[in-house]
Amino acid sequence: MDYIIEMLHITKEFPGIIANDDITLQLKKGEIHALLGENGAGKSTLMSVLFGLYQPEKGSIRVRGNEEKITGPLDANALGIGMVHQHFKLVENFTVLQNIVLGMETTRRGFLKMDDARKKVMELSEKYKLFVDPDALISDITVGMQQRVEILKMLYRDNEIMIFDEPTAVLTPQEIDELMQIMRDLVKEGKSILFITHKLNEIKAVADRCSVLRRGKYIGTVDVADTTREEMSEMMVGRKVNLTISKKASEPGEVVLEVKNLSVEAKREGQTKKLVHDVSFQVRRGEIVCIAGIDGNGQTELVHAITGISDPSSGTVTINGEDMTKKSIRYKNTHGLSHIPEDRHKHGLVLEYNLAYNLVLQQYFDKEFQSGTFLKNDQIYDYAQKLIENYDIRSSEGAFTTTRSMSGGNQQKAIVAREISKGPDILLAVQPTRGLDVGAIEYIHNQLVKQRDAGAAILLVSLELDEVMNLSDRILVMFEGGIVADLDPENITVQELGLYMAGAKKEGGTL
Amino acid sequence: MKPKQIKDHTGILSSIFAIILGLIVGLIILFLCNPEQALPGFATILSGAFTHGAKGIGQVFYYATPIILTGLSVGFAFKTGLFNIGTPGQFIIGGFGAVYVGILWTSLGPVHWIVALAASVILGALWGLVPGILKAYYNVNEVIASIMMNYIGMYLVNWITKSYKPLFNNLRNESKNVANTANIPKMGLDKIFPGSSVNGGIIIAILVVILIWVILNKTTFGYELKAVGFNRDASKYAGINEKKSIILSMVIAGAIAGLAGGLLFLAGTGKHIEIKDVLPSEGFTGISVALLGLNNPIGVLFSGIFIAYLTAGGFYLQLFEFSTEIIDIIVAVIIYFSAFALMVKIIMSKFVGQKNGKTDETGKGGTKS
Repeated sequence: MDYIIEMLHITKEFPGIIANDDITLQLKKGEIHALLGENGAGKSTLMSVLFGLYQPEKGSIRVRGNEEKITGPLDANALGIGMVHQHFKLVENFTVLQNIVLGMETTRRGFLKMDDARKKVMELSEKYKLFVDPDALISDITVGMQQRVEILKMLYRDNEIMIFDEPTAVLTPQEIDELMQIMRDLVKEGKSILFITHKLNEIKAVADRCSVLRRGKYIGTVDVADTTREEMSEMMVGRKVNLTISKKASEPGEVVLEVKNLSVEAKREGQTKKLVHDVSFQVRRGEIVCIAGIDGNGQTELVHAITGISDPSSGTVTINGEDMTKKSIRYKNTHGLSHIPEDRHKHGLVLEYNLAYNLVLQQYFDKEFQSGTFLKNDQIYDYAQKLIENYDIRSSEGAFTTTRSMSGGNQQKAIVAREISKGPDILLAVQPTRGLDVGAIEYIHNQLVKQRDAGAAILLVSLELDEVMNLSDRILVMFEGGIVADLDPENITVQELGLYMAGAKKEGGTL
Repeated sequence: MKPKQIKDHTGILSSIFAIILGLIVGLIILFLCNPEQALPGFATILSGAFTHGAKGIGQVFYYATPIILTGLSVGFAFKTGLFNIGTPGQFIIGGFGAVYVGILWTSLGPVHWIVALAASVILGALWGLVPGILKAYYNVNEVIASIMMNYIGMYLVNWITKSYKPLFNNLRNESKNVANTANIPKMGLDKIFPGSSVNGGIIIAILVVILIWVILNKTTFGYELKAVGFNRDASKYAGINEKKSIILSMVIAGAIAGLAGGLLFLAGTGKHIEIKDVLPSEGFTGISVALLGLNNPIGVLFSGIFIAYLTAGGFYLQLFEFSTEIIDIIVAVIIYFSAFALMVKIIMSKFVGQKNGKTDETGKGGTKS
């Protein structure tokens, strides 16, 4: 079979770092080819080279057998190469159709002529079962639908080579399944897909072959069918990785966090909507309680009500026996609560601050770091240095690095380090491994288990079924704002858990 | 081993680059107006401030005093994530407070000028407080709110000054002279710069610059203000009272701009509140000063003095039959180019790259957030 794209011996250097070191990537026509690697392995650089954003120092690119010089995205587009970026490139207040034709609008005498475009979009949408409403505004449709718009954009441009950059990071499990099906249909129609990811399950589910990069180097290409997940992760990380977490049985102690009859309401356009509905549960010392559920079933609102970022409409939150429902965030943070937030850029970090200042974000007012009203910068940087070493946070300028320039994994490590080193009684970890690679996930999981064994109570909110099953000592399933099940991970299968999460199954009895 | 912080001088270099470009454009304009007089005119812009020796330098400090402070007001607010475009209003209302106390509260004796300045600070702070509260509690954009406050301040001052007899000099359509005790002491500067209008105001301005620098860079208060400016959500998550921070930022910015007004109208140089429907130019000049000074208090101090220096030199342009507005054009061009910091960065890194035998653009390999 012919290769549709060949990137041969690509080397791309940046000052001080070789981002791509002699990398060869060959994509066959009609296959789904996975590109696997940790954050910072060089995947993005390689794709930027393919799109002409960077010119490689060495190596050549062949498309359909002809050597091509690609100097920019327009060249790539002319060669039929399209990409769905991790962060979508859509105009929020345009309709789906307007977004799709953007940049190649058909006009008549200078006026827009959308009829033909609409027809073509509808045909494509039907053919690939994308079911997108062409007149909906982008800001009104779900992330999953927005991704389909991106796919339609490529189809509309008759792209034959489609690159998906970590497409599943933003999707719910159902949407992921649907995306996989769409990808299979696309390949059936003769498209070729390059699938960038670090999720092994997805590669197993959909890819034919897989090329692995590690720290800018090409490790190898394997047939997915003949390779186990463990083998692929070893290629990616460079050592054996434990995909399952080894932990002792939990020994729950006294109750640390108690949530009673908590409800959160949102008023929108005059209507009151219950986002969290009468939720009660307890978390004890030495156990990891996991709140499982599909994104958007009230987990975020529940966590915000517990931490105080937003106020609950009724109910109480008790920490260490003290009613903290009405206490300030600062009071909770200094009285036993640590919180690894869901969105590390929005809540977790002040990206413009350097690493040291972010590491004391919850403690800068302590006597240790403040005298009078002055910051004790020496102590802050010493403390930061200690955390950087203990938690292996990697960055270019150590404590002085602006956190914006750090990789996602290391940003997350910094948050985890900050929250854990406070020695919390109750640690709220919300999707702590979102978007991270296998190595970092393993690290953070181990840290959580270590905290549990040291006697902390841990409330984990996760959308990843594997994480839920592996890590938790008890599972609470959240569906449409309420807790519908309290389960023991030992006595339940992933399939059953999925049914609870989808609301297809409910548990009787008390919670 | 403790890693050392890598210093980045691109900011300062871009300001210098902008200044040079601005001066070149000024020279071109001079040539277009009158080629024969262009070079002597340009020399005057650069050296005019020194024409009368020490007196000239004193004049520069006198001109610099209010714009350093309005610049500091804008720069400080900007560091805390707010765009304080309300400096003209805060400036005039602060100036009014000083004039009011200066004319009417004559029984205060030696502390008269201090009380008058305090009045300017308080009124300026009040004019910052309103947009601050609106921003913190109702998420009203502070730009809009403070522009409104500008007009409220200007017309309110005009109205009160005009309608309240003890304040108004109806022959000259402006406020009366303040009492002598309300004028800011010279603090010895009249001896160093004899014959100039300089007074203790510049010393007060420099002290405020230092105070703000310390607050922003050395205190937990500044840490909180900046954190809220950078990321309001993360600050709330960290337990910082973000509403209080926003309000305090605007209050302090307003207070600084109000003080600028007080210092100008108490300078004892015959400056009066004129009844006219124009916002005081010192307020908007503050935005230029802040931009050129990269919003850094120390940078603002120097850029304020620099712009005052150009303005002082610009007066002498009239000798060559140029209009002084050319100085405003030059300053505007400088501000325009200082917004091109990124371009400068690219040019600089290319230059450095060639020296190292590489032509790479700087970038980060493969990192993704």
